Amino acid sequence: MFARAKEIASSLLLTELVKGLALTGRYLFSRKITVFFPEEKTPQGPRFRGLHALRRYPNGEERCIACKLCEAVCPALAITIESEMRQDGTRRTTRYDIDLTKCIFCGFCEESCPVDSIVETRVLEYHGEARGDLYYTKPVLLAIGDRYEAQIAADRAEDARFR
Amino acid sequence: MNLPLAAFYVAAAVLLLAALRVITSRNPVHAALWLVAAFFSAACLWLLLYAEFLAIVLVLVYVGAVMVLFLFVVMMLDISFDKLREGFWRHLPLAGGIGFLMALEMALVLSSREFGAGAVPSPGAPPAGHSNTKELGRLIYTDYVFPFELAAVVLLVAIVAAIALTLRRRKETRYQDPAEQLAATKAGRLKIVKVAPERPAAPAQDAKP
Amino acid sequence: MTELAATMQGALQGWFGPVWGPHAWTVAKSLAGIVAVLVPLLLTVLYYQLVERWVIGWIQVRKGPNRVGWKGVLQPIADAIKLLMKERIVPAGASKGLFFLAPIVAVAPALAVWAVVPFAPGWVIADVDAGLLVVLAMTSMGVYGIIIAGWASNSKYAFLGAMRSAAQVVAYEIAMGFALVGALMAGQSLNLTEIVMRQDGRYGLLEWFWLPLAPFFVVYFIAGLAETNRHPFDVAEGESELVAGFHVEYSGMTFAVFFLAEYANMILVSTLASLLFLGGWLSPFPAAWGILGAPGIGWLLVKIAFFMFLFLWVRASFPRYRYDQIMRLGWKVFIPVTLVWIAVTGVMMLEPLASLPPFSIWFGK
Repeated sequence: MFARAKEIASSLLLTELVKGLALTGRYLFSRKITVFFPEEKTPQGPRFRGLHALRRYPNGEERCIACKLCEAVCPALAITIESEMRQDGTRRTTRYDIDLTKCIFCGFCEESCPVDSIVETRVLEYHGEARGDLYYTKPVLLAIGDRYEAQIAADRAEDARFR
Repeated sequence: MNLPLAAFYVAAAVLLLAALRVITSRNPVHAALWLVAAFFSAACLWLLLYAEFLAIVLVLVYVGAVMVLFLFVVMMLDISFDKLREGFWRHLPLAGGIGFLMALEMALVLSSREFGAGAVPSPGAPPAGHSNTKELGRLIYTDYVFPFELAAVVLLVAIVAAIALTLRRRKETRYQDPAEQLAATKAGRLKIVKVAPERPAAPAQDAKP
Repeated sequence: MTELAATMQGALQGWFGPVWGPHAWTVAKSLAGIVAVLVPLLLTVLYYQLVERWVIGWIQVRKGPNRVGWKGVLQPIADAIKLLMKERIVPAGASKGLFFLAPIVAVAPALAVWAVVPFAPGWVIADVDAGLLVVLAMTSMGVYGIIIAGWASNSKYAFLGAMRSAAQVVAYEIAMGFALVGALMAGQSLNLTEIVMRQDGRYGLLEWFWLPLAPFFVVYFIAGLAETNRHPFDVAEGESELVAGFHVEYSGMTFAVFFLAEYANMILVSTLASLLFLGGWLSPFPAAWGILGAPGIGWLLVKIAFFMFLFLWVRASFPRYRYDQIMRLGWKVFIPVTLVWIAVTGVMMLEPLASLPPFSIWFGK
């Protein structure tokens, strides 16, 4: 009986609503956690999976040996590889395309690569303005690798203990 | 020609046009909206007669509540316009006759000596500090208190009747009771049982390999 | 100020002659009053939605808009320009005339009500006797904009939103009307200025009607939330089930006008709550406190701002009501509560009680 009266009183006095308002009122003054993206960035780990790149050896020779493991493992079928024998008798790719509109950035290509050729970099700010701009070909991927080689190598070295 | 007279002619013209469109509109929703416009212009006319309480209550009750519900119903109706139009010519003589009769009656009443426009003098502008609302309240609660209470009781009966006609409880439908939901507490729903820690049972003799 | 007015009056008499001169003076005076009320009102509407986004952002531990201009203060201007530039699209099969009439019908009463709202003694465009009734009548007109918009859009989402809104507004208007009946009983007038003046007295804060009419105060504010289709009663918009409800087919300026009407109505509900229950422009402090104790429009603005903030706070705190629960709250809770309290108020105002403390504070005058 007493409990019932208390309950009616509490619903007439809107105690629960006031409690809810008090809670949100406290959050009104709490520290805000928004990160303002272009000026502020969330920290990235060395295993960050961003834009793809093809790497070279220090002597300038491209690493890829056209084993096509990445093409086989790619769950989104985003990688297309064609290969031929080069003049010096080694097997090299004549075509290495990644369709970034298909890619799901799972990182399987990077894991499957026996020579650490295809890697995913920390780059995440890129865009295409026309149809086909996000279809990256071998020279583009190699250029990306050349550009970010220092960062890529540092990340691989840091992660090497866990491999 | 002064401003109140000009306002009267404008409001009256709008009222007549709106009233005409109420009965000539093909679309019932348009007709209902024209009726709203008619009520509104009628309220303007009443305002010009210094009956501001009645005018505002007309807007409040008829425009604000009754016509909203009316529109609510009319919008939900599925009306076939062809069906509405059929039989127009067949019923025209009867409808025309009734309409003519009504117009005749109204003309007779309005032109009679007791109820003519000349019989009722204009009350003129009320004195300063005159409150229409107060006067109306005094009349309703003194001279006309019984008719007023009677009207209230009739309305109450109408409400009770309308609810009694539509209120039915279906047995197969399960209703929520918000009061019951709000009353739910931890104590009523949850039972904490203290279970004594059990010793592992002694292995049976024949279970040995 | 009065000299300027007298000069203006004389000039208008000269231009329009003795017959039309007084009328011209009335029109000019009213127009000046309308501009003086509506321009600040529209600016407040413009910035109210920015403040709304800020407050909701802060409550959700975000920062809110802060990119356009210093700390985002130009954001509403940018939004307004965007809406002005956008194309107005009329859906196929829509009733075109009514489609464009709807936003006008929505916004006209929302702005017209301000004619009878006083901001300080004498600061009112039309000091009519039945001011409170005019307010009720005008706010009840606003729902037509929503109903017409929903019907004329020829869209089932808009139509469902309009239907919900119609039923909801009718349900809550009754409770709101009863709450106002309580205020006018205690104020013993239908004139808003007189109701405020009756809350004046020695005890400041305690003289206001929020104390004896507490249930009306709460019911009025919650019914105001429902009347303006604001959270948690915004089933007429209901993003999760009706996309945007009654204005789903509206774009550009027609949409902006609906927006304007909604926010103007919110400010109106805040203003009326301040006037009727929180003593309007009266100061909460005793008159002996100098400038703090003096009544003035500043106090009214503070109270309005408090209620406007409460609108946003409630929006950020509570989930949307389910439709049948809205109806239950309106018909089965609010109307009985207000009816009972009207009787209680009547008893409190009866003579032996009215001159006894504490009732003599409010009803003994």
